[in-house]
Amino acid sequence: MKPIEKVKVQEMLDGFTDKPVYIHLETTNGAYASHFDNVGVNVGAYIRNAQVTFTNAVIKGDISYRVGLKTELGWIYAEGVTDWEIYRDKDLLLAGHDLEGRLMVALQISEQPFK
Amino acid sequence: MDNQTHVVIVYPHPDDESFGGAGIIKKFRQEGVPVTYLCGTLGEMGRNMGTPTFANRETLADIRKEELKDACEYLDIDYQYLGYRDKTIEFEKQEEVANHIKEVLETLQPSLVVTHYPEHGVHPDHNALGAATIEAVRLMDKADRPTVWASAITNDFEKVLGEPDIVYSIEDDFEYKLNAILKHKSQAEGMFEKMQDTSGEHQVFVDGLKNRLGKERFFTWKFED
Ligand SMILES: [Zn+2]
Repeated sequence: MKPIEKVKVQEMLDGFTDKPVYIHLETTNGAYASHFDNVGVNVGAYIRNAQVTFTNAVIKGDISYRVGLKTELGWIYAEGVTDWEIYRDKDLLLAGHDLEGRLMVALQISEQPFK
Repeated sequence: MDNQTHVVIVYPHPDDESFGGAGIIKKFRQEGVPVTYLCGTLGEMGRNMGTPTFANRETLADIRKEELKDACEYLDIDYQYLGYRDKTIEFEKQEEVANHIKEVLETLQPSLVVTHYPEHGVHPDHNALGAATIEAVRLMDKADRPTVWASAITNDFEKVLGEPDIVYSIEDDFEYKLNAILKHKSQAEGMFEKMQDTSGEHQVFVDGLKNRLGKERFFTWKFED
């Protein structure tokens, strides 16, 4: 992946509005957080291949970014996004990594279900 | 420990075999005993993406498949995937997973099965797959059951479970185990970087690893019925 290019990501987000898309949304501090790092609790959540349609999608921030997707009835939101990549020609992968390159958050959008 | 005819290792992630079993694997392979790794998942939800990152959430599965292939070539063992998704094994119906594993074991006919000690595996997949594997063996006819070794990796397992009865040291040949682990580049490259460090830090780091991974310890599972 490469560091966020805000304008290009915004263009991609705009291309996904007003049509059914599949979302992968994830956040994690790792399954070993309480074992090695002594941070107390393993925290994470993930949704894979939720189908939604959003009317509005925006990337905000600098260095680390926030992405909000407004759906008909609610919101999808990710914070701490640092990198992006176009996968399989048209899927948008967004992720946030810590200083050691470990994934902390991921938000991915595709017109096809993820594998 | 001796006189095995086929050893089957059942762990959930590509790299568990090297972290948890490179030492015993080497010993068994040197004796000519076949070893098969039943790998539960592709580790596709892993958090490590390489240092610096070269994988992403979608490519990680294929990358880890390649890494496991390399590791198993190095360890000179066979492997098969059980086809579960990383981080979800504990949500599957245990009975289904156990029956699935039982079928595979009946085909492979191991004399020894190695898996994680349920509730002492730290990672939920370790605990769930360990429990399902032990259940799979329990479901077999008593006479046909292979021996089961369970590995506990919680920080306090000795306090709770006592001393493991099987202890195998790979400290004299630790490099061998490190090389197996390092086949899993996406997961171990952070480690790899520290290995290259030529300052005093290097030895401290290796000694720490040796301490943690130099002995492979297992409890022989005792079935109640
Ligand atoms: Zn594992």
